[in-house]
Amino acid sequence: MTRSVPSAPRPSIVAAVLRSRWPSPLLLLLLWEAASRAGLIPTHTLAAPSAVLATLFAMIRSGELPSNLAVSFWRVVSGLGIGVALGVSLGLVAGLSRRGEALVDPLMQIKRTIPVVALAPLFIVWFGIGETPKIALIAFAVMFPLYLNLYNGIRGVDKRLVEGALSFGLDRWQLIVHVILPGALPSLLVGLRYALTISIVMLVIAEQINASAGLGFLVNNARDFMRTDIIVVCLMVYALLGLAADLLVRAVETRALAWRPKLVEA
Amino acid sequence: MTVSLFPRVGQIQPVVRLRGFTRAFGETVVIDGLDLDIAPGEFVALLGHSGSGKTTLLRTLANLDQADGQDVTIPSARAVVFQDSRLLPWKRVWKNVVLGLSRRGARKKAEAALAEVGLSHRVDAWPLTLSGGEAQRTALARALVREPQLLLLDEPFAALDALTRLRMHELVLNLWRAHRPAVLLVTHDVDEAIALADRVLVLAEGRFVAEERIEAERGRRTASVRDLRRRLLAHLGVTAPSGSYADAVAGAGAGLLEAAE
Ligand SMILES: Nc1ncnc2c1ncn2[C@@H]1O[C@H](COP(=O)(O)OP(=O)(O)OP(=O)(O)O)[C@@H](O)[C@H]1O
Ligand SMILES: [Mg+2]
Repeated sequence: MTRSVPSAPRPSIVAAVLRSRWPSPLLLLLLWEAASRAGLIPTHTLAAPSAVLATLFAMIRSGELPSNLAVSFWRVVSGLGIGVALGVSLGLVAGLSRRGEALVDPLMQIKRTIPVVALAPLFIVWFGIGETPKIALIAFAVMFPLYLNLYNGIRGVDKRLVEGALSFGLDRWQLIVHVILPGALPSLLVGLRYALTISIVMLVIAEQINASAGLGFLVNNARDFMRTDIIVVCLMVYALLGLAADLLVRAVETRALAWRPKLVEA
Repeated sequence: MTVSLFPRVGQIQPVVRLRGFTRAFGETVVIDGLDLDIAPGEFVALLGHSGSGKTTLLRTLANLDQADGQDVTIPSARAVVFQDSRLLPWKRVWKNVVLGLSRRGARKKAEAALAEVGLSHRVDAWPLTLSGGEAQRTALARALVREPQLLLLDEPFAALDALTRLRMHELVLNLWRAHRPAVLLVTHDVDEAIALADRVLVLAEGRFVAEERIEAERGRRTASVRDLRRRLLAHLGVTAPSGSYADAVAGAGAGLLEAAE
């Protein structure tokens, strides 16, 4: 005979709403909208949510947003690409050989002491005001977290696993491919996550300098015309870019680190 | 190949041959002028106190420490099983088994080896989901799939519970009978050594202080090894009564049994 477990009394809708995480942001939006309509927040201070939404759709329909987003996106992707390639290469050189470490690590430590943003003027002198200094700035900033995490990851690989593998006669190349790099991967992915976050921060900064296209260009223009609705739209896009980057790393982690006990299904 | 039941050094070319082997870390000499021969297919157990240099010796035989300029002969086909299984957590069990082997037919080989240790159902598992005993069995499969001439076991059962250890002993003996590698088993456990080995060595202060050959067949040893057991324990500094572990830790009263012998 089965006895059904008495179900908990159905929570009232009010209680459910109060417990969910939606009410506070929604309330803020509503207050903001109401204040804007009541004239408490002038448009040149902050546009109303409804106005922002309308602007967003208008900008998408006119093609203004997609085209400028594409420009910005290209900057991040090329900056990231170059930075990741450099950071990973240097991390491999320093991590896998003592001589490489002696060669590379001091330079990277010096580089670390200089805030990348402070290099912007120098980059403009060197590369002009086109795409190059922006991409260079992103690449340069992204390099370090990848380098440091890969280097530490390689050096932190469990010596006992290395020894176990060596006892089976693996050569140096097999050791790197089967033991050292997979062992350093979790650390490298942490570096990648930092790098993605930094790349978007650097994009914002690089585009503030000067730009004739891109999200930063939209923001600068909007500032000159006190179009707070456009500024807010661009902020939203920046936020979405950051979110997308995070989701990307998470997806990579779930696939690449499937062996980790936390992610392994029982 | 002819395998005599109790191969004696000198009759056949030994697979392991050390002469005057010495190993020191800084000032401390851990191994001091050691001679060792292991015949093909011979099962040798190595006893010794913690810190007596058992692992140091094993590492040399595994070629993990280079013995520059010393008279050391080891076979090219070796395999080690450590106390911790040392499986690569990011490779599935079967890939761990064939680590470093050529890709051709690897899966078949791994499946066969895992079947031998009774792990057919865990072929595709992640190592971190294995139990301690399963991990050690995988490590055994990984060692045997290489058809080693010399199998080195460094306290491979120390971390297992008594029941699992018993099963592992049986498994090791069966595998040894099937593949006939020379085995060097490092252990703290006198009974384990007596149950498994053809020959038991005791290492202390850098030298072998005892060497005992066990002629009695495995499974029929209880009667004939009482004295041997006491001698080995004495070499390890334990004045235990004859008989089993049940009486070994009785403290002051233990002397009674010894007197009765
Ligand atoms: N790399 C090393 N550097 C310095 N000393 C070492 C090193 N490896 C081992 N020793 C020392 O050599 C001695 C023998 O160590 P070893 O690991 O061979 O002992 P063991 O007999 O295997 O002990 P246990 O039974 O506890 O595993 C110990 O005193 C240890 O501290
Ligand atoms: Mg040891």
